[in-house]
Amino acid sequence: MNRPGTLAWFARHEFRLAWRDWLAMMTAGGRARTRTVAIALVIFAVVMHVIAYAMVSRYAGLAAHADKTVLVVITGSALLSLSLMLSQAMESVTRAFYARSDLDLLLSSPAPAETIFAVRIATIALSVIAMAALLAGPFINVLAFTDGAHWLMAYGAVAAMGAAAAAAAVLLTTVLFQLIGPRRTRLVAQIVAAVIGAAFVIGLQLAAIASDGTMSRYATLASEPILALAPGTDSVLWWPARAILGDAFALAALAAVSLVTLGAAIVFVAPCFADCAIAAAGTTMGREGRPAAGFRRASPMTMLRRKEWALLRRDPWLMSQTLMQMLYLLPPAFLLWRSFEDSRTSVVLLVPVLVMAAGQLAGGLAWLAISGEDAPDLIATAPLAAHQITRAKIEAVIGCIALVFAPFLLALALLDAHVAIVAALGIAAAAATATTVQLYFRGQAKRSQFRRRQTSSRVATFAEAFSSISWAAAAALAAAGTGIAVVPAIVAVAILFGVRLVRPKVPEMVVA
Amino acid sequence: MLLRADPAFAIEIKNLRKSFDRPAVDGLDLSIRRGEFYTLLGPNGAGKTTTLRMVVGLLRPDAGSIAILGFDALAEPVAAKQVMAWISDEPMIYDKLTPFEYLEFVGGLWGIDAARAEARARELIEWLGLGPHAHQRCEGFSKGMRQKVALAGALVHEPKIIILDEPFTGLDAGSARQVKTVLREHVADGGTVIMTTHILEVAERMADRIGVIARGRLIAEGTLEELGRQAGNGASSLEDTFLALVAEPAAAA
Repeated sequence: MNRPGTLAWFARHEFRLAWRDWLAMMTAGGRARTRTVAIALVIFAVVMHVIAYAMVSRYAGLAAHADKTVLVVITGSALLSLSLMLSQAMESVTRAFYARSDLDLLLSSPAPAETIFAVRIATIALSVIAMAALLAGPFINVLAFTDGAHWLMAYGAVAAMGAAAAAAAVLLTTVLFQLIGPRRTRLVAQIVAAVIGAAFVIGLQLAAIASDGTMSRYATLASEPILALAPGTDSVLWWPARAILGDAFALAALAAVSLVTLGAAIVFVAPCFADCAIAAAGTTMGREGRPAAGFRRASPMTMLRRKEWALLRRDPWLMSQTLMQMLYLLPPAFLLWRSFEDSRTSVVLLVPVLVMAAGQLAGGLAWLAISGEDAPDLIATAPLAAHQITRAKIEAVIGCIALVFAPFLLALALLDAHVAIVAALGIAAAAATATTVQLYFRGQAKRSQFRRRQTSSRVATFAEAFSSISWAAAAALAAAGTGIAVVPAIVAVAILFGVRLVRPKVPEMVVA
Repeated sequence: MLLRADPAFAIEIKNLRKSFDRPAVDGLDLSIRRGEFYTLLGPNGAGKTTTLRMVVGLLRPDAGSIAILGFDALAEPVAAKQVMAWISDEPMIYDKLTPFEYLEFVGGLWGIDAARAEARARELIEWLGLGPHAHQRCEGFSKGMRQKVALAGALVHEPKIIILDEPFTGLDAGSARQVKTVLREHVADGGTVIMTTHILEVAERMADRIGVIARGRLIAEGTLEELGRQAGNGASSLEDTFLALVAEPAAAA
């Protein structure tokens, strides 16, 4: 049995918490759903393997012909995965600093703080590795099945990269903490994590557009200029790629470097983690705002809209999470800008991207406005009819959507008025559908639970995603001038009707 | 507007019922006079909070009626809400708004004239000692400060009835005294206060009348002396009286 307070005892405690947290997230708190979730996970794994087979089975035998192009593309893909791992690890490290759930208990106990945080850093590394292995697993398994067991060494490479990502995240966040202080670190680290997660993909897409006008990530990696810049095939830079391809020596080297880095991070950073966590505890005191000039005359509805916008504007973390999808609009925006110089046909390609982004953004904002109400009692006891409250909140969401997408629509209108009108209609339809879904599945949650909104109702999550996809397809087809656009539009409407049928019963408040 | 109930009563509840897994409120009749400080006592799970949440429109009753200053709260919730303020034990305010902005928002929600609401807000901010924090976002405020902001929000629209659920939970002595002063002055100005509490001393010292709820029913009601007589054991304190009263239905169960 583990002695209390030891490394192994804390590790057991952390794993139990992590497991229960994951289980609660997957089952949305309902233990009865565990079996359903298990079946869904098996189906998901099978589907992922089928997709992986379609995507990578033709690359079997790659290891035998690992030329520079292969090494560049694999290294690029590894960097893409690493950026996502780093993003996830930074999120976790920030939470470890700032989430007060059990830190007060742990830090006030006589247990050594460095032991607690050493285990916490190791847990972060393991969770990053587990997530990466889960995503990469189907591809590795397919390659191992079609080309040989040597591909299984890619799991080792994934684990090494996960450890390196966790170490880098710990070091980066601690450096940020020392440089800009605890108050700013939380926000900056979370935004950096989000940007790192998206930056590599977006960067590659921007480069691809700049080179040949497409949005393919791999077109750039395999392009002549990149290959010319890349070092020879015997360079150390390719060791991660070679490790993935099954080179045992490269894998051993990669694993050694990663583990030493992670070990160093644990040994040197864990002791000062406690100081950082204690310093972070005093950072929630309210920020001094500019004294307001005075109360402004406004209707209750205007006050509600204003409140929604103010809360969103003042929460940069929430804004960065909500507007994350907007980062993915950068490549189409760039494509749009290039279209002014080149042909106008590619403009049609922008329509589904805009419509999809509008649907997703509206879903997030609608959740915040409708379900993420931090003072539900106040709003419910205000002398306003329920439909007035709902209308004001929807108007706040639509106002944000209009603000974000108006510049894109204006630019589109300058190129092609027809496409701009279709895009505007698609954006309106996708945003309205996503908002309606959130209305049907309204709940009561804290705004800080925004990231977990997708686990609160999977029906709502899938309906939101599939309706956005359907509206995006309808808009793209309509922009291209084909009548088949009606089909996905009908699918989107059908999704909405389906959701209406399965929506939970109306909350128990007295509605006017 | 419908005036079907006796407007002499601030709140008139008849045969109110609400069940979850079991009956939480079971045929409750309760009348609270205008200008009265009324305290609801009862053991945990007696149905106090459920009753108040139905009164303020946060829960829909299964049966029964609620009249607020003569307005049918179920048929005319907006009119009923206009004259009420609700404060729960866990003050819900917006972390990203300052107290000043919060009061502007609440005043706007209740449709109070901006100039009047601002004057009232400034007065409340000073009165509750929130002045130094008036333009500081509420994130990181202590429980006492959050409760004061919520109380200021309840008072900024000058409600006729204030309904509070365990308002003293977690408050320090100074904050608790300020809240008591605010409530007493509200009653002195002709307002009505209905409050639940587990702190019997507060009920003893502040309430004009006390209602005791157990198992979703009103089992006793009156002034401290009247409750003592109803308990019928020569109880010398509210604590003795309360324990004697709630022991009866428990023993009967």
